[in-house]
Amino acid sequence: MNTHYSNSHLFDPDDPSDRDARHTQPPVDMDMNPMVDMAFLLLTFFMLATTFSQPRTMEIVMPPKPEPQMDLLEQPIKESKALTVILGNDDQAHWYRGVTEPELHIIPYGAAGLRPMLVRLNSEVPELVVLIKPLPDSRYENLVDVLDDLTLAGIERYALVELSDVDEALYRAGKTLQNSGP
Amino acid sequence: MRKAPSFSSPQLDMNPMVDMAFLLVTFFMLTTTFKMPQVLSVNTPASFADTRLPEKDVIILTVSPEGLVFLDVDGKFTRQKLIGRMGDRYNIAFNDDQRAAFGLLGGFGMPVEGLSSFLDLTPEQRKSVAQPGIPMDSAQNQLADWLIQARLINPAFRLAIRADRNVPYSMVDQLIQTLLDQNITRFNLITDPKAEKAMEP
Repeated sequence: MNTHYSNSHLFDPDDPSDRDARHTQPPVDMDMNPMVDMAFLLLTFFMLATTFSQPRTMEIVMPPKPEPQMDLLEQPIKESKALTVILGNDDQAHWYRGVTEPELHIIPYGAAGLRPMLVRLNSEVPELVVLIKPLPDSRYENLVDVLDDLTLAGIERYALVELSDVDEALYRAGKTLQNSGP
Repeated sequence: MRKAPSFSSPQLDMNPMVDMAFLLVTFFMLTTTFKMPQVLSVNTPASFADTRLPEKDVIILTVSPEGLVFLDVDGKFTRQKLIGRMGDRYNIAFNDDQRAAFGLLGGFGMPVEGLSSFLDLTPEQRKSVAQPGIPMDSAQNQLADWLIQARLINPAFRLAIRADRNVPYSMVDQLIQTLLDQNITRFNLITDPKAEKAMEP
């Protein structure tokens, strides 16, 4: 008994069952399988080769380097408007306000610390200026964290500034205090 | 006599599926921009910034976790012109094959002196070469020369820094100072999109 178990059935005039009246099929039966194979092959290729998540960027504008002979008029900023953020090498932001008698606070980055603080200060202090001071060994990620928090808090006045000796002493003192604390 | 069971082989209509497949093929073919083979994978920091990186006219400076700098200049013909100019600058003659190879090269981190022997290798061999990064020290700042020459060819170039999240800031600072020395004050930091909700109360 000649029975067909396969799903695909191509017309074959030499096959006795195909000459059978019950199995009359239109003689033109295009085999689409290779085309479909190709289509899926291409589909897989393009799906894998395509870049879905285009990287995002944040734009930074730095002030140009002052030329030696140029008499640069550095605009002093009011002490009450200055906020200094030191990027600690412990994934914490060390910040203080003003210049004289600074009180150092240590908080984490992001929604749990720095961002709400910046939002609050920005609403309290008009024309707040944030000075970002990275340590040589602070992680690059923390810089991006601070820039991100500043953008989200809507603060547009900020600058990347080199760490001064006063800042460094303050940072060290804050760290020892933190380590000796509970 | 028992009648033979008529196996009408189940006829599955595949046309809708094939239609879908071709639709998707067309979609992906039209929307795709090919990934450039990246010299080294870098774990960029995440941020909420939603500006997209421009697809054209961009120079990407990759900083590996070890602090090595790799340069990736957009555009095949720009790169071919660029290596000619750099060859003139450093008195190194690059032959046509090397120029063509450089045109197809994505990012690289070789000093100019080592570049010609590096370009003579096959793309497969290049993968196993430990590239030392582009020299950026004050004695010989080759990166500055690359950037100057590239910007002479195409003044519209934008600078993007793709640094690993664990790179110490001093490495990035050195790079930024190099940019500032050439009055490039506006540049982009490449980040990953962050999934977390933007503004929590």
